[in-house]
Amino acid sequence: MTEEIIIAGFGGQGVLSMGKILAYSGVMQDQEVAWFPSYGPEMRGGTANVTVILSDERISSPILNEYDTAIILNQQSMTKFESRVKVGGTLIYDPNGIVKHPSRKDINILRVEGSKLAIEMGNPLTFNMIVLGAFLKAKPVIKLENVKKGLEKSLPERHHKLIPLNLAAIDKGQENLEVVQTV
Amino acid sequence: MSVLADRIKEIIKPENLVYAKSPVLNDDIMHYCPGCSHGVVHRLIAEVIDEMGIQDQTIGVSPVGCSVFAYKYIDIDWQEAAHGRAPAVATGIKRVLPDKYVFSYQGDGDLAAIGTAETFHAVNRGENIVMIFINNAIYGMTGGQMAPTTLVGQITSTTPYGRNVDLNGYPLKITELLAQLPGAAYVTRQSVQNPAAVRKAKKAIRKAFEVQALKKGTAFVEVVSTCSSGWKLNPVDSNKWMEENMFPQYPLGDLKDSSRADADLYRIKG
Amino acid sequence: MGELRLMKGNEVIAIAAIRCGGDAYFGYPITPQSEVMETLMAERPWEDTGMVVLQAESEIASINMVYGAAGCGKRVMTSSSSPGISLMAEGISYMAGSELPCVIVNVQRGGPGLGTIQPSQADYNQATKGGGHGDYSLLVLAPASVQEMHDFVVLGFELAFKYRNPVMILADGVIGQLMEKVKLIDQRPRWTNEQIAEISGSWITVGKSKNRKKHVITSLEMDSSIMEGNNLRLQEKYNRMKAEEVRFEAIECDDAEYILVAFGSAARICQKTVQIARKKGVKVGLIRPITLFPFPEKIISEYATKVKGFLSVEFNAGQMVNDIRLAVNGKTRVEYFGRMGGIIPPPDEVEVALHQKLIKG
Repeated sequence: MTEEIIIAGFGGQGVLSMGKILAYSGVMQDQEVAWFPSYGPEMRGGTANVTVILSDERISSPILNEYDTAIILNQQSMTKFESRVKVGGTLIYDPNGIVKHPSRKDINILRVEGSKLAIEMGNPLTFNMIVLGAFLKAKPVIKLENVKKGLEKSLPERHHKLIPLNLAAIDKGQENLEVVQTV
Repeated sequence: MSVLADRIKEIIKPENLVYAKSPVLNDDIMHYCPGCSHGVVHRLIAEVIDEMGIQDQTIGVSPVGCSVFAYKYIDIDWQEAAHGRAPAVATGIKRVLPDKYVFSYQGDGDLAAIGTAETFHAVNRGENIVMIFINNAIYGMTGGQMAPTTLVGQITSTTPYGRNVDLNGYPLKITELLAQLPGAAYVTRQSVQNPAAVRKAKKAIRKAFEVQALKKGTAFVEVVSTCSSGWKLNPVDSNKWMEENMFPQYPLGDLKDSSRADADLYRIKG
Repeated sequence: MGELRLMKGNEVIAIAAIRCGGDAYFGYPITPQSEVMETLMAERPWEDTGMVVLQAESEIASINMVYGAAGCGKRVMTSSSSPGISLMAEGISYMAGSELPCVIVNVQRGGPGLGTIQPSQADYNQATKGGGHGDYSLLVLAPASVQEMHDFVVLGFELAFKYRNPVMILADGVIGQLMEKVKLIDQRPRWTNEQIAEISGSWITVGKSKNRKKHVITSLEMDSSIMEGNNLRLQEKYNRMKAEEVRFEAIECDDAEYILVAFGSAARICQKTVQIARKKGVKVGLIRPITLFPFPEKIISEYATKVKGFLSVEFNAGQMVNDIRLAVNGKTRVEYFGRMGGIIPPPDEVEVALHQKLIKG
């Protein structure tokens, strides 16, 4: 099994940390993992994306042209990455702020109202975990128990009190994944 | 001839001894020109190391310039630095061997032109090192070019009509600037133009090494020096020229004598 | 034994420096490798192992601090990225000339000049052909994974002391920013003064005892006949490296008709290119030089008689390709494909280039 994922959105949406938690969870499941961020002067507000690869084998290129799954969290990223999902692959997006919805017919398209649900949960910072939950529902490549372990590993000790909230957000995402189209 | 040799033999007897070279200064013939201050300052450093009994604990860092071969003459471990980098090299040594004595020995071009950044930041960090600064207002090694400390009107091979401030800027009083830095513990300007000055300069060098032992911050000793060859004067006239022209611009004496500043003076509030 | 962590390439450089018993790190911030010093400062090794970490005022100062500390027999390192390495060139030449061991990490970005902060491999020539003045060589290691970033710090110090020579780890922004699993070595103690005396006692400057001659660390020699001798000794040392230290990885080369040659992150990308091409029935292999100096010329020369051609894939204008051509010596075709300015081509783009430049061309 190899799962090649791009997570793309605004800096500040927790794109990189979501990728990191996914990568840590992969480690907990004894997988090979790679996490490669776009980097640059865009610390806040600019676009940010990260490639995460989970695999049973030695991972080759961390630089990819096509992905099994694209998790898309703003319009710029939609424009950039919709075309780069493999045929038969999966695109998951948050419709908030999306003006041009995905139109490809040869991929699975799913959505999760991450921004809206995060506000409902009373904490905008749960956004990325809701999206992660939705992804894991669509692609159960990591067991939830390993995601919990991944959270413990990636969060500093002083933030461990936030783990229950994060897990609740993951549940929320799992419950609220909407299927737009399957191929 | 043999009469003269006999006379000399008669004179060289222990009871006639008034001065002996420190064994820390070795027997090699120095490459310095007659009348040059380097030899005297080398001797003072060797004597201080000898008298403090720290020959086995001292590492010198020599520069690029006339004193590039300083390591040949003083019998201690040395590192030869790239041009201007002696304070960084000394920092590297001192940080990994904090209980050893480390000093840099640099000329005006090395310390105050190409190595200005390294000089400033070593002092600003308050590195517990000694820096000996030979200021003779000229580049001796490369053939008498302008130094940052060359005086206005002074003729050098690159200021053949005299240093012109419009073209070359002003003589750099780097010692005054360094004395402002909170990392500096002891900053002094000395010379070696006569026996009394030599004695004072030696005291200053000794004090600088003692400051280092106490880890009070950087100890900086400028020695206003002669360069007979560069100045194109004989040794006696060089001393006179130095007294008349250098001393008014680079007045002798201590500029700072305390220890590195208290960090609380610079601390953020919250 | 062997703690497993998920870490960035840059972070692991710092951790490996501490764990292998490093004595000091001197550096100056520059993207994309600032995490090295940030990690060191956060770890505060001076409290546990006694390792010194100091932010210098420039790369020029950093490398000269490395010079000073290395001259005392300590295990010292610095890291920077391309423009900073250019500033260090003087000090690196002095260290090679004075035969001082150290580890220098270059997490390359695109040039020339200020260039870009995005990844590049455009410092290949600078790293392998000198970079500073004079006839000298660094031992150059090219990591292609986070694990190798770790391992090459440990190996780098071993080789630096084996040859009394600076070792450069030539990484790039991809490997620096990439996060992967890494197995860390257990904390090793720093060398004691007695160990340092045993290993390097014949040359270090730590204060001379009464019964030994003074030690002088210098690259200066005014007598040309002696200086030529010094140069010959250095060349003899570089030849020993060529004989003993060549490292490479050959992937699927046995039946290959075409061989890609790539180092560092380019080699990772080419691994995938090999997979893509082989799925389509094209017999492609990959030679990944791990040491860039000494260059694995023998293996390339051996394959030169067996394959239809080599494609050098590098993120520069074609630098390593010249070393491949020297090794191949006209026996088969050698082409180059690369991107510049911080553009990293994905594996499929390399596969297209393989067809265009070598198979069809």
